[in-house]
Amino acid sequence: MLKLFNFPMAPEQASSFAPEHDAIFYTLTILTIIFTTLVGALVLFFAFRYREGSKVDRSRPIYEHLPLEITWSVIPTLLGLVVFFFGARLFVQMRTPPKDAMDVYIVGKQWMWHAQHAPSGVRENNSLHVPINKPVRLTMISQDVIHAFFVPEFRIQYMVVPGRYTTQWFEATKPGVYHLFCNMYCGGQHSEMGGYVYAMEQKDYARWLANGGMDLKPMTMEQRGAALYDRLACGNCHEGKDTERAPSLHGFFGKTRKFTNGSSLVADDVYFRKSLIDPYELINQGYQNTMSAYNDLTEEEIINLSAYVKSLGTAAQPKPESHSIDARKGDPMTGSNFEGNPNLSVGALAHEAPPTPGPRRGNMSVGALSTENGANR
Amino acid sequence: MSSAHAEVENFPVHVHTQFEDIEQQNESYIVGMWTFMVTEVMFFGALFLVYILYRWNYQPDFYRAHEALDWRLGATNTTLLLLSSFTMVMGVHFAQLRKRKQVVMNLIATCVLATGFLLIKFVLEWPIKFEHHLVPGTSFGIHPEQLNGASPRAAELFFSLYFLMTGLHAIHIIVGIIIIGALALMWQKNKKSVTEDYIPTELVGLYWHFVDLVWIFLFPLFYLIPQ
Amino acid sequence: MSAVPLDQTHQEEELNYLTNGKSIKSWLLTGDHKRIAILYLISTGFFFMIGGIFASLIRLELTSPTGVLLETETYNRIFSAHGIVMIFLFLIPSIPAVLGNFILPIMIGARDLAFPRLNLLSWYVYMAAGILITWALCIGGVDTGWTFYTPLSTTYSHGAISLAILGAFLAGFSSIFTGINFIATIHKMRAPGMTWFRMPLFAWAMYATSVVILLGTPVVAITLALVMVERWTGIGIFSPELGGDPVLFQHMFWFYSHPAVYIMILPAFGVISELVANFTRKRIFGYHFVAFSTLAISGLGFLVWGHHMFVSSQSMYEGIVFSLISFLVAVPSAIKVFNWTATIYKGNVRLQTPFIYAICFLMLFTVGGLTGLFLASMGTDVHLTATYFVVAHFHYVMVGGAITGFLGGLHYWWPKMTGRMYPEGIARVNAILVFIGFTATFVPQFIVGFLGMPRRYHYYYFAPEFQPYHIASSMGASILGIAFFTPVVYFVWSLFKGEKASANPWGAHGLEWETTSPPDSHNFHHVPVVTDEVYDFPGVEYAHPSHGHKKKKKTAEPVSKEHN
Repeated sequence: MLKLFNFPMAPEQASSFAPEHDAIFYTLTILTIIFTTLVGALVLFFAFRYREGSKVDRSRPIYEHLPLEITWSVIPTLLGLVVFFFGARLFVQMRTPPKDAMDVYIVGKQWMWHAQHAPSGVRENNSLHVPINKPVRLTMISQDVIHAFFVPEFRIQYMVVPGRYTTQWFEATKPGVYHLFCNMYCGGQHSEMGGYVYAMEQKDYARWLANGGMDLKPMTMEQRGAALYDRLACGNCHEGKDTERAPSLHGFFGKTRKFTNGSSLVADDVYFRKSLIDPYELINQGYQNTMSAYNDLTEEEIINLSAYVKSLGTAAQPKPESHSIDARKGDPMTGSNFEGNPNLSVGALAHEAPPTPGPRRGNMSVGALSTENGANR
Repeated sequence: MSSAHAEVENFPVHVHTQFEDIEQQNESYIVGMWTFMVTEVMFFGALFLVYILYRWNYQPDFYRAHEALDWRLGATNTTLLLLSSFTMVMGVHFAQLRKRKQVVMNLIATCVLATGFLLIKFVLEWPIKFEHHLVPGTSFGIHPEQLNGASPRAAELFFSLYFLMTGLHAIHIIVGIIIIGALALMWQKNKKSVTEDYIPTELVGLYWHFVDLVWIFLFPLFYLIPQ
Repeated sequence: MSAVPLDQTHQEEELNYLTNGKSIKSWLLTGDHKRIAILYLISTGFFFMIGGIFASLIRLELTSPTGVLLETETYNRIFSAHGIVMIFLFLIPSIPAVLGNFILPIMIGARDLAFPRLNLLSWYVYMAAGILITWALCIGGVDTGWTFYTPLSTTYSHGAISLAILGAFLAGFSSIFTGINFIATIHKMRAPGMTWFRMPLFAWAMYATSVVILLGTPVVAITLALVMVERWTGIGIFSPELGGDPVLFQHMFWFYSHPAVYIMILPAFGVISELVANFTRKRIFGYHFVAFSTLAISGLGFLVWGHHMFVSSQSMYEGIVFSLISFLVAVPSAIKVFNWTATIYKGNVRLQTPFIYAICFLMLFTVGGLTGLFLASMGTDVHLTATYFVVAHFHYVMVGGAITGFLGGLHYWWPKMTGRMYPEGIARVNAILVFIGFTATFVPQFIVGFLGMPRRYHYYYFAPEFQPYHIASSMGASILGIAFFTPVVYFVWSLFKGEKASANPWGAHGLEWETTSPPDSHNFHHVPVVTDEVYDFPGVEYAHPSHGHKKKKKTAEPVSKEHN
């Protein structure tokens, strides 16, 4: 990607159209620079050289010169025709989807995009998952006003019109997360009518489709908690049985805990949550104040962790830690709620931050939820 | 320009100060009027374009919807306007001859014919459309039998165009009546600005012929759609 | 006029068009094209300031990805207002109705326009339009953008759309009246000897502009009227619910609104031709080519509207034709630029403010025109259309072209209009400041547009990589804002303190420089008889301080044209 002092100067080339588009674009840019420099330099040079009072030869000025006029009419015309030809050729390509293109149906409305993958019927909102190296044809229609479906990194855009189907197609070439914009002013929240296009390896896309529009199979709370448990490496201290460093969590709930300050209580969800976000106040007897606070866990994560811990059974009988083992292997059943940045490895977005759930994702359907993370796996 | 004025002053014609002489003034008026006609053509042209597009798309529906219009009334109106064009021509003719009385009579006849046109339109034609709910809007087509089997959507387009185009034309007729009436009054009062030269009368006539011409197109487009 | 006083020098001091009648009424009921031009100057200047304030708010808002102080609803209204005010109330009337109104009749040796009352009516209609639009902005605004695309404008928007559209409709009629006036005047009121090919190129530009106005404006008027009718009555020509076609609106809208670009830029071409010829003291290079390229642009300009709609579901073949013609329409503009450049060669150049503006114009317009090719080329337009690339492109043409031309022309004819010189030094610096500020504002927008920043976006927090460019652009805009405001200050200052201007302070050539500064109410004491060719600068030293006695054109001018 073209950059200047780390500022991006050009969007990612992520579709089969992009290289040709950019070739025309840069050709025109060079022509613009050449002609502007030419005109600017000549104007300034002449203006300076023939300024009033300068002693230069002004004899025999020219007022008409047909060959010159023809030259500077014909050269721009020819250059223009060449650019026209390539531009039109690219456009014709863009307007003629290949026969084997896979179909996705897009419905635009104020102010969200709705996509449905054919023939599987998998649906998603404000996002679009597509496989790379496979032509995708979008058939689009609007429910209200005119919108435009614009993916800058693919160099594609077409209006989405009420009362008529429009189509466009593309073939993504590079896995990554790309911008999806509505680029036809459509009222109120126009600027927030958008989302991301996730270009995936074909096998990932197939899996995504098979999972009904999620990167991962649907998981139980325990499974999610297990994944989190593994990621946070809780097991480093909290082992299958009590150790010097930490008490075991097996059979944690329902057990009476005694604390260094003399008090005691029966472990429940309230205590579980408290010991995660504020472990300093109640220290189990026989242990040091060594656990750090996990303040940045979401409530949902705490609940899932709790569910996992509940499932651990009693001490001395550790269940096989299948979930954790799977997680290490990178099994798709893990990681659903990981905070990790799935985009870092890909760098598709020009910026580093992951697509954060902002206001624009407010109306996501369930199917779309899991796409926020791990799209590029 | 004093020389020019000198000539002019022998010839008792009202020349505005920005003009050299009466020819320049008249020619400017003529150019101005024709230019205005061009804008009018574009004005209606846009609507005709819309009409052509939709008729192209919905010809069978337009055919069925148009049967709700009474071609006899349309034909009568066409005749009235053609007659009014004739009286207008006569008015201009007599203006060239400076026969004040005939000019006034012909202009008034033109106004009367034009008013007749409006009466037929506003009294005989449009109210029935309201009655039959053929006026686009929320209550359009609640009597489907009036649509003669046309698709309500296309029929609504047809009647939208019908009211827009004949309505815009009717506005032009009303403006025409006012202008021709004013012209007749000025002739009657022997105002120099119109009586000393026939050009103002001719230009009003030009406008009137244009309005007639528009109707000549509107009539077949709305009343005489072939199957 | 019948009595030409012999002691003219004295008389002229007393009675020029400014002093001939001082009451408000004598201004508001004037038929004098010069006074109407002044009325237009004040009113368009006012609306330019309003539009400029909106522009500043937009630029301020975009410095942050999540906005600075406006609600999204307000932001949408503001950018719509910026477009509507700038286009309908400033750019379209600016050069024709101000400079054209003032200079055109003098330039071709007429005492006034053919229809002075129509001219006055045009101003009143314009004012009515301005008031309606302002009113619409006050009572709820317009949130459709200046393009009023259906069905957003007809069905989904709740602003004061109808009122604003009525305003735009009236503004259209105002320019139609001006156009009719110009055409009749140019055809029939040229002074004896002022043949078509002795007309200054500004007059050609006005003629071509008028043709475009007359052919295009009625179409947009009726189109906007249809939107209005649809809002009021539900007669749905463009409504998809009735089987209507919302894209048809775009066709009809752009049928006018693309030529409207030429309504805005052709007059600037005319001004630049005057400036280049008169400040190089040289006949314009390839006069006929420049004149005919003007006509070619106005003709071809009507055949390219579809290039706004490559991605709006018009057929591919339509698109190809529109694209081809769009490339062709670039050629006449290129011819002009090259001819202007060639004119400077072996000229006798005075680097005064108007000419500095002309230089700015040449560079900025070249960029503006060439970036148009990116958008005429279909393949690249797909990506770039409706992004900030487009915004930058048309600002290069509209601001870098039309407004720079307007400012250049205003400086050039200011002494003629007011009889006073503006302060040259500060004006020169300011002209360069305009160039710098403008470039700084809009070059970043090209880049951010290429990156994919859509226009009319309030937020872009999901694409923070756009922010540096927006900040750069806003900084440039602050410079530009200052540079646009300074002339107001020194022009007003010059009215009172400016040096008195002679009849021809520039040593320029043309009938307007042969009457007094400011001209008297009827422009000339004698109707001039034109015997020399256009831009004929045989003896450059012929700057006659002639107050008065017009024009015994050095009758013997055998060396009038030198063809090589």
